Amino acid sequence: MNDGPARPEDPDVAPDVARRQRSQPLAQRVVAAVTGADARLTALAFVAAFAVGAVFLAISDARTLAAIRADSGPGTVLSSASRAVSRAYGALLQGSLGSPGALSETLVAATVLILTGLAVTMPLRAGLFNIGGEGQVIAGGLTGGFVGFAVQGLPLVIHLPLAIAAAMLGGAVVGWVPGVLKARTGAHEVISTIMLNNTLNFVAIWLLTTTLFQVPGRSDPISQNVLASARMPRPFSGLRVDIGIIMALLVAGVVLWLLDRSTIGFELNAVGANPTAATAAGMDVQRATVRAMTFAGIAGGLAGGALILGVQGRITPGFSAGLGFDGITVALLGRGTVGGTVVAGLLLGALKAGGRAMQARSGTSLDLVVVIQALIIVFIAAPGLVRAIFRVRTQPTGTTQISQGWGA
Amino acid sequence: MSAAAVSADAPRRRERRLALFTVGLAVAMPALFMRGVGDARATFVLNDARGERFPLPALVVPVQAALAVLTLSVLAIGVFQLLKGLGRRAPIAVGVAGGLFVVAMLTWATAGASVSLIALFRGALFAAVPIAFGAMAGMLNERAGVINIAIEGQFLAGAFTAAVVASVLGSAWFGLVGGIAAGALIGFMLAGLTIRFQADQIVSGVVLIVLATGVTSFLTSQLLAPNTSWNSPVRFTATALPLLSDIPFFGSIVFRQTFLVYLMLIMVVVLQFALFRTRWGLRLRSVGEHPAAADTVGIDVLRTRYRAVVLGGMLAGIGGSWFTLEAASQFSKEMTGGRGFIALAAMLVGRYSPVGGLSAALLFGFADSLATTLQRLPVPLPSTLLRATPYVITLVVVAGLVGRLRVPAADGKPYVKQ
Repeated sequence: MNDGPARPEDPDVAPDVARRQRSQPLAQRVVAAVTGADARLTALAFVAAFAVGAVFLAISDARTLAAIRADSGPGTVLSSASRAVSRAYGALLQGSLGSPGALSETLVAATVLILTGLAVTMPLRAGLFNIGGEGQVIAGGLTGGFVGFAVQGLPLVIHLPLAIAAAMLGGAVVGWVPGVLKARTGAHEVISTIMLNNTLNFVAIWLLTTTLFQVPGRSDPISQNVLASARMPRPFSGLRVDIGIIMALLVAGVVLWLLDRSTIGFELNAVGANPTAATAAGMDVQRATVRAMTFAGIAGGLAGGALILGVQGRITPGFSAGLGFDGITVALLGRGTVGGTVVAGLLLGALKAGGRAMQARSGTSLDLVVVIQALIIVFIAAPGLVRAIFRVRTQPTGTTQISQGWGA
Repeated sequence: MSAAAVSADAPRRRERRLALFTVGLAVAMPALFMRGVGDARATFVLNDARGERFPLPALVVPVQAALAVLTLSVLAIGVFQLLKGLGRRAPIAVGVAGGLFVVAMLTWATAGASVSLIALFRGALFAAVPIAFGAMAGMLNERAGVINIAIEGQFLAGAFTAAVVASVLGSAWFGLVGGIAAGALIGFMLAGLTIRFQADQIVSGVVLIVLATGVTSFLTSQLLAPNTSWNSPVRFTATALPLLSDIPFFGSIVFRQTFLVYLMLIMVVVLQFALFRTRWGLRLRSVGEHPAAADTVGIDVLRTRYRAVVLGGMLAGIGGSWFTLEAASQFSKEMTGGRGFIALAAMLVGRYSPVGGLSAALLFGFADSLATTLQRLPVPLPSTLLRATPYVITLVVVAGLVGRLRVPAADGKPYVKQ
């Protein structure tokens, strides 16, 4: 504990890392997002998270537990624990990067993560914390998927963009609602987005049991298959990766331009940095709030569309489970920058794809990945914690105050 | 642009809008609930199936007449609002009208059937338990200046630990202790992140939710699935309090409950007194309102906050224990279903007071219980959509009320000694 907590400036005007990096040129910013001042902290956060994950692996391993029960000595216990850990982590690495198929799975997972990450990054710039990613994904999946199977007789070049536009629209509506509620009534976006998540979950389950969505003659809550003319084409035969990843990267480019080069983005950033000053400068804080949440909804809706029109091909109950929180992890890991969000999306995509392989090969539950993700973010959100554990000195990252409380 | 004109005009416009809303309810009621009712009767059972000393006879109402009376009452309220405006009391009028609307809906749904009002209100009180404990946890944190979004995570950790401990040790009491400890642990982590390391409070809370979700889900599939005996907790059963439970109707609702319901009612009274009538409460609130001033008079701000956050975690842990020690027979992944956030809403709606939080929790509990009751009746409403009722109500209530909220001044801001 040789290095106390990061010395905070006044939280109201605290320029966090993201804001400071924004004033730098693009190239520098991308470099900073990947290898920048806090790359060491990010790496150490990963190390610490995997270490804690290993502890969970060890204590939940059946053979290790049996060794402990049989009282067979610390050597046996340790060796069976380390075997469990290396088996699981080996499968994870193999399943994320070990083969073309694994790389394809990583990109498939990254597609959705980048888009849901952007759905958190954009409002974050305006000082809003969007935990409604899941609801926005559901809405986008429902509308995009519906257009994907209900509209018939169109060629791919028209049908697919139409379905994608429908997904954007569905997400936009679900993002717009908490934005308007925040702007008009002050209802905090954290509560309203969560309530929308739960509501939409039930709406989705209900819709999937109606004749509108269901396969005729079936009673299970699964939608009809998206027509081939609305499915994302797969460039490599035999691999599941589709053009969704290209779409995600294009969207990231648009968001980068929007946030860093456009007037709208300038307003969002100004409102996030200091709403009072932004108002004094003649900006409309309420409009910026609604816009930020609507943009977030569009990105979330696209994520739902990418999933349903891509790998899934049909809507199933719970297809969106946990995706909203994944997006938060990605955005925080990317420290609120677009470049950082893309890199974080790829990294966590690898973690997710590897986790699925791990579950299949070594029988370790995929939920371990959620644990590791959460731990990474714990360490990212509290740089002082990493410094305390590893006793390193890094450049001060400023305070990590991002969001606003109820009163704001 | 004259600000004065706007501010003088705005309340009147709001009064007009609220009045029109009430009139709209009155117009909607016959349209929604009168069709095809005929001369059906609705039976409301007022006595407990388990036997009482003084059973009340069932209340049988002719649906059409009841709906007519209810509609006219709501219309009268609306007209009264249009004429008088009612100023700050207008939301109360809307609330009463909304309540009558719900009564009308229940009457319509019960046409030709019977509903136990005791079960309805008892269910409401029961479902309010986690919300009220979560709200108390939240207000304890925020009165001290730390925003606690992590209530949902504390619920999950509490529910999981309570289930495992109560299963392994075979006692619900030990389970409760385990649940409290798990909630306190998450509280301790939140305190560490936000007070010691000054991480963003809302981000820390969300992260802890994800962590609790991940850990409990991981351990459930790795440990509890293969060992079902670790996930079959001994639960609290309903106990009728002597004498009090013999009060007709009311006694059956309030005094034939499970342990955590009684504990909730006691804790609300205790916390209300402790926060507003004791030195401890004054210090806690001072730390959340003006930490620098509190520091000047010798209050250890950081330690006070640490204690408040951990204590809040313990309260949320009790709320979490409700899920596995009373509501369900075992732990399942993500079983808390967003109730931690409803608790946050209850805290805000209850304006940071335990009694207010309990009132809001009862409202949400009633929505929950009503949805359950309606699902059992032959109503042409899909039961899946009914399950979304508590969330929609929370959304509406938060949007309607929270805008005019006074939050502890230092809420969400880390404190650094100058």
